[in-house]
This record gives sequence, structure tokens and C-alpha cells, in this order.
Amino acid sequence: MDETVAEFIKRTILKIPMTEMMTILKAWDFLPENQLQTVNFRQRKESLVQDLVLLCENKRASLRDAALLDIIYTQFHRHQKVWDVFQMSKEPGEDVDLFDMEQFKSSFEKILRRALKNVTVSFRDAEENAVWIRIAWGTQYRKPNQYKPVFVVYYSQTPYAFTSFCHLKSNTPLLSQALTVASNHHKIVKMDLRSRYLDSLKAIVFKQYNQKFETHNSTMPLQENLELDMHMDSRIIHENRIEKERVQRVTQETFGDYPQPRLEFAQYKLETKFKSDFHGGILAERKEPLRCLIKFSSPHLLEALKSLAPAGIADAPLSPLLTCIPNKGMNYFKIRDK
Amino acid sequence: MSVLRPLDKQPGLNTATILLVGTEDALLQQLADSMLKEDCASELRVHLARSLPLPSSVDRPRIDLIVFVVNLHSKYSLRNVEESLRHVDATFFLGKAAFLATGAGRESHCSVHRNTVVKLAHTYRSPLFFCDLEMEGFQATMAQRLVRMLQICAGHVPGVSALNLLSLLRSSETLAPEDL
Repeated sequence: MDETVAEFIKRTILKIPMTEMMTILKAWDFLPENQLQTVNFRQRKESLVQDLVLLCENKRASLRDAALLDIIYTQFHRHQKVWDVFQMSKEPGEDVDLFDMEQFKSSFEKILRRALKNVTVSFRDAEENAVWIRIAWGTQYRKPNQYKPVFVVYYSQTPYAFTSFCHLKSNTPLLSQALTVASNHHKIVKMDLRSRYLDSLKAIVFKQYNQKFETHNSTMPLQENLELDMHMDSRIIHENRIEKERVQRVTQETFGDYPQPRLEFAQYKLETKFKSDFHGGILAERKEPLRCLIKFSSPHLLEALKSLAPAGIADAPLSPLLTCIPNKGMNYFKIRDK
Repeated sequence: MSVLRPLDKQPGLNTATILLVGTEDALLQQLADSMLKEDCASELRVHLARSLPLPSSVDRPRIDLIVFVVNLHSKYSLRNVEESLRHVDATFFLGKAAFLATGAGRESHCSVHRNTVVKLAHTYRSPLFFCDLEMEGFQATMAQRLVRMLQICAGHVPGVSALNLLSLLRSSETLAPEDL
């Protein structure tokens, strides 16, 4: 086994937390069950990893196997990457071809290899007709860097693909082209949507976020009201009860009863020309627009926005610029003069 | 009845009512709960309002003490209190009103300067308390103070009136603006 591959496998296994070790190795399915049972999983991590790498060497693990392990690790730790969303489209009037996964994979890999000799491409099928693609980029003269791969998750029945953030921006056009052509689409566009939480991005883009608690709708509000009354001391009187109920109602209408998809930030870029009643002021002549950037960050942005009005920190209804985020599928906004 | 007046109703027998005005419902609710836990000879009632004027449809007892709660982290809460102050009769500020500023402990989150509330309290000649209502220990202590103040303002403590208390508290307050 190549030394670089051995080192790569060792570093990947070292990243895996001990609690997940067995699960991930089983999912990898490279080392058979009986061999895994001969390993002592209670020893210190460094020694355990050495034993596992030795087993891999004996079985002559290839770069392909190592890349597969990397994909599985990333699938378990998808929150460690920041995901962008791409939307593809076909020409209007184009025939809807039957999607062939194998054809897609071979076409995708071919396109990349034609452009760049030094590239490692690996695939792993996932549920819902999705495929996880791992790409390690090299250059004309250098072998692929296995430690900075890009991951693409493509849902074949939809025009959407999610890619992990790539430091090497120069390869993004090639990647986009390969995706578009291999999947028989015509155009690809990067959406203004980015987050660590792949499942939330999926929910927003596939419009699945408002389907979660449908069966409970009729029972939940009643329960909440009962709880409120039981906890309240009769010596405490809420003067603005009507206003509170209005705020609750408006919040529920805007955000719904379901858990919100998880985003970490929303960014607004404002560009506007200076407008003034006084002619001839210093800024009136300015050709360059004035710029401003506002960024909202939170561990769970949409839930935080939802709780602003009930907590008394903001008026209800909130600005539509904030509430339109899941509907429009954007968390990067550019606001310009009309 | 858009302006609150202190003496326009008959007092209830052994009843003392406090009105907490502030935008942050959760904090007010917790403070109210802490106050009601205190051992008190009078019957306490706590009214929570987001802002003034109060809705006139509610039948309420005479209000003995109003506490305006400002969260230093939120300019919105300060603005809300400033607007509510217009709906309070001037005679409340003879010892039956007080200001409570919360959130001073977390300096980096403060968007309202300490001086702003100090000046506000000074303008209305009323006592100002700083208390981080989010910390349970401080909140419990504040609740105790407010209960004692409320009893005095309702006239349940013989020999001490609201105005007496105000002048006792004032002697430490008048120094503060000069120090700034």
C-alpha cells in the first residue's frame, strides 16, 4: 500500500470519535466483521488506529477505499462543512430524459479528467436518489491534495446540488460544468443560500420545512393554552393580554407551528445613492453609491427571529426582509435603489 | 382613563398592587413570581404591562407602585418606557414610581448607556435600581426590596409613607449626576 494512502487512512480514522468508530467502520465495510472483532477497541486511540491501519495494509487498501471512508466520515459530520446550493435548469421544451445514475457518474468523471489529469473522483450512493461525490483537486504538475476535497451532494430527481465550501475557487467553473453536462442540464446558477446544516438547506430548497407537524396542529395550541393557565398565579395579571395574543397570532401566521430550518446567518448588502433636499452638498455630487453591510448571526437564526416578537424585543410583524428567508430560499440579500 | 392616577380609587383591604411596565415579558414574569414567593402580611397583586396606556376595559384595583423596567441591551425597551411615562400622572412621582435597569452586568451587550437611565430617573425624581434580573440571586433580592417598597407605598407600614421613603432614598441619588 502506498505510504501516502496509509497516512491518509490513518489521519481519517484518527478524526473519528471513539463513540462512532464501530458504526463508521461497519458502514465502510472494508474490514470484515471477524477481523474487526480481533481488534481491541478499549485501548488508547493511537494504538487502536495503528492496529486498524495495519489491517488495512494487509488487505491492500487503495486510494479509492480511503476516499470512500472520507465520504462516510463527512456524511456523519456534515456540519463541519459549509454548504452552498446550486440550481440547474434545462432549456424550455427540452425532453425529460430518464436519469441513469451510472451514466451520470461516468460522464461526470470523464469531464473532470479531460480538463484536469490529476483529480480523484469518488462516488457513494445515498437515500432519496442522491449521490455523494468527493473530488480531490490537483494541478497539471501536482498530485491531488487529499486533505482539501470538495463534496457534492446531488439529488438526481431534482435540479439541486449542494457543494461544500471550496478554498480553490478556480475549480468551481469546471465543477459546475461537469455537473450540468453530466446531468443533462443546460444552465447552472449558484443560489444565495449557505449554511452548515445540509438537512435544513434541503428542507428549504425542497419546500419540506412546513410539513412537519401537520397532524399535531389541532391538538398542540390547546395544550399550550392549558399550560399557561396552570402555571400562572392568579395574583399576576397581564394587562396587555390582547396585544400578547395578537403578537402570538401574527408570529404563528408568519412562521408556522413547525420547527424552523437551521441557518447560522443572514447577510444584507445595501447600496444606495445619497439623496438630499439640499443641492450642492458634499455628498450630493457623489457618483459612487454608499454601501452598508448588515449581518445577523445566531446558532439557530430562524428560531431566534421567531422568538423576537413574543419576547418583546421587536414589534410584530417583523420586516419581510427577515421573514422571507425560507420562502425565497436566500440568506444573502443585495438591496439596491429601485 | 388614559392617564394613571394614584389616588383615584379606593384602596382594597390589606391589598397592595404593583404595576411592572416593560417590554420583556419573561423577565417581568419571573420577577413577579419571585415577589409573590415572599412572606408578606399584605395581599400582593402584580400587574404586568408591556406599555402604557393600559386598556380601559379591565377592572383593576388602585395601583400603589409602578416600576418601569428598562433592559440596557435594548433601545426598544427604553423607547417603550419613555413613551409610557407620558401616560402617568405627575403625582405618581412622589414616591410611587421607580425605575429598574437590567442587563448592566454584560457590558458588551449594552446598547443603552447607563447615564441615559440615570438622567431619566433624575428627570422624574424617582429612585433607580440596577439589577440583573437574569441572575436568580439578584432577582430574588430585588423582589424582596420591591415588596418592602410596595408595602410602604400602599400605606401598610405605620409611620413611613411613600414620600418619606423617597426622601430617604434621594439623599444618595442626588450625588450621582454630579459624579458623572
